[in-house]
Amino acid sequence: MRFLFDSNTWQEIFGSIGKNRTRTIITVIGVLWGIFIYIVLSGAAKGLDNGFEKQFENVAMNSMFAWAQSTSMPYKGFKTGRQLQLKLKDASILKNRIPEIEFIAPRNVKGVFGGSPAQTIRGGKSGSYAVYGDYPISTKIATKKIYDGGRFINDEDIDLARKICVIGERTQKELFESDENPIGSYVRIDNVFFQVVGVHKFTPGGGFESDSDIYIPFSTFKKLYNTGENVGWFAIAAYDDADVIKVEENVKAVLKNIHNVNPKDERAIGSFNLGEIFNRIVGFAKGLTFMSLIVGVATILAGVIGIGNILLISVKERTKELGVRRALGATPREVRSLIILESVFLTMIAGVMGIILGAGVLSIINKMTAELDFPYANPTVPIPYVLGALAIMVVLGTLIGLIPAQRAVSIKPIDALREE
Amino acid sequence: MIEIKNLHKSYKMGSNSLHVLKGINFSVGDGELVAIMGSSGSGKSTLLNILGMLDVLDEGSYTLDGVPIKNLNETKAAQYRNKFLGFVFQSFNLINYKSAMENVALPLYYQKVGRKERQEKALKYLEQVGLREWADHLPSELSGGQKQRVAIARAMAAEPKVLLADEPTGALDSKTSYEVMDLIQKINDAGNTILIVTHEPDIADMCKRIVHLKDGVIVEDKKVTQVRASQYV
Repeated sequence: MRFLFDSNTWQEIFGSIGKNRTRTIITVIGVLWGIFIYIVLSGAAKGLDNGFEKQFENVAMNSMFAWAQSTSMPYKGFKTGRQLQLKLKDASILKNRIPEIEFIAPRNVKGVFGGSPAQTIRGGKSGSYAVYGDYPISTKIATKKIYDGGRFINDEDIDLARKICVIGERTQKELFESDENPIGSYVRIDNVFFQVVGVHKFTPGGGFESDSDIYIPFSTFKKLYNTGENVGWFAIAAYDDADVIKVEENVKAVLKNIHNVNPKDERAIGSFNLGEIFNRIVGFAKGLTFMSLIVGVATILAGVIGIGNILLISVKERTKELGVRRALGATPREVRSLIILESVFLTMIAGVMGIILGAGVLSIINKMTAELDFPYANPTVPIPYVLGALAIMVVLGTLIGLIPAQRAVSIKPIDALREE
Repeated sequence: MIEIKNLHKSYKMGSNSLHVLKGINFSVGDGELVAIMGSSGSGKSTLLNILGMLDVLDEGSYTLDGVPIKNLNETKAAQYRNKFLGFVFQSFNLINYKSAMENVALPLYYQKVGRKERQEKALKYLEQVGLREWADHLPSELSGGQKQRVAIARAMAAEPKVLLADEPTGALDSKTSYEVMDLIQKINDAGNTILIVTHEPDIADMCKRIVHLKDGVIVEDKKVTQVRASQYV
């Protein structure tokens, strides 16, 4: 180990690699390029991964939605084409029968799938917005960011069927002055006055929700639109360790059972599984990361082989010098260490420079894409990846250095010193 | 110091075997200055290589300072070379990207001597060969004679038992040759054992003993009255 920290060792390494500077630089560039590609690719893949993740951050990944459609098969005396209607009591049956369900939120909406958006008036201003009937639990499935001071619907609102609402950012902009605090004020939704209790921040996450949606308690919605026990759809979140695709199948089976639908009827119950979509995207990002790893490591390998090649030539040129060293008492081990250390040193220098350069380029790309609506955020290369790359380089540098080192040792000092 | 008995060495050249050394018996005492002479092909360089542990003998025995030299692997040979021997070559063989001082310090590095001590010793030996002021110069900035003096300083730095010089003046003009020989004589005067391979009679005359090799055998081994090189300098 003393060998590594001896200034003379380093002086010898600098001396020998400094002898042919151009060649050293070109050699270093080979590895530098490899690690640069590796860092940039895996950083970009991670950035894309982060970007996708950000788009889904307000939605529980293992969530799904189920709604009723019309039957396509006759069953138990019912004819084909019967329009199904989900009911509020289905929720508790589903939760009881399927233990994997963590949260289940019945939801209703007016103005998205059918019905006209609610005419919403405040003073002289008005607009048409979709109105959702919701339970507090729906925020467990799709997070709603509420602006400072406001709140979402709570259990008491449900129990008392309070006439309160949570409005969207755009609704706020369109119905209120910019310096006005909407919390506590009243808006008229389809001719009924509602008190605004919160403003939700819209986060794009796909789906049909928008920045102008109005949320009111489910019970209030029921009274306002006379929907009775009807439910538009169920938003369901499974436990983290549950397989949401399986849950989706179970949910559909149970609903078919409740509503007397042929178990083989594929069209009666519609469903949408966010987990599957998400998994597909995550899988894509993972594949990209994996590919960038392979490409990066392969490029590093090519660079390291270049270093080995150069050292082989250098050993040949230094035959005499190595012979002198051995005549002066350098053991084969010491000669070997010298060459290997040169190899590792070159590799490491190139590696560190490549990492710095790669990090620089990643940060520039990040700055450039920050303004764009592009799923790309915070491109980082995990420290274990960087350390892993450095470790690979040390190992490869050592292995490739072994070849010229062995060549150097295999030359007998007497042959090395023989006069031309 | 050196004891050689019935030394044989042959080289295989294809199917033929070239018998280079044919039974050499030879011993060198402490503090001797021996010239090994002979025409080319007489085996003098082979003898020196075997003495220097750069080559192995086929038959016979070699004892250096009471240590039998046999069955050496490369590592052991390197350690013995470092401990026992100093080399001076015809073409100096300095490492061209190292300064004079670094060249001199190199054997000490392989002796695992600390950096500071290495530098001090290197400077001391450069001083002895009169090149203290040239310590920071690269070999390319030195003349032939200066290079050989640095090489001698390097050989001496490890404080070897025996100094082996292979045609040390072969690449030098006669004036510089005498300067180098003067230095070698002074080192010998200080009690060091030195073997010189040369084919120049005037250089051989500056030694205390001349061994003549011809066709692999010693044909003559005589003590001579030393000619001091200083009178030519």
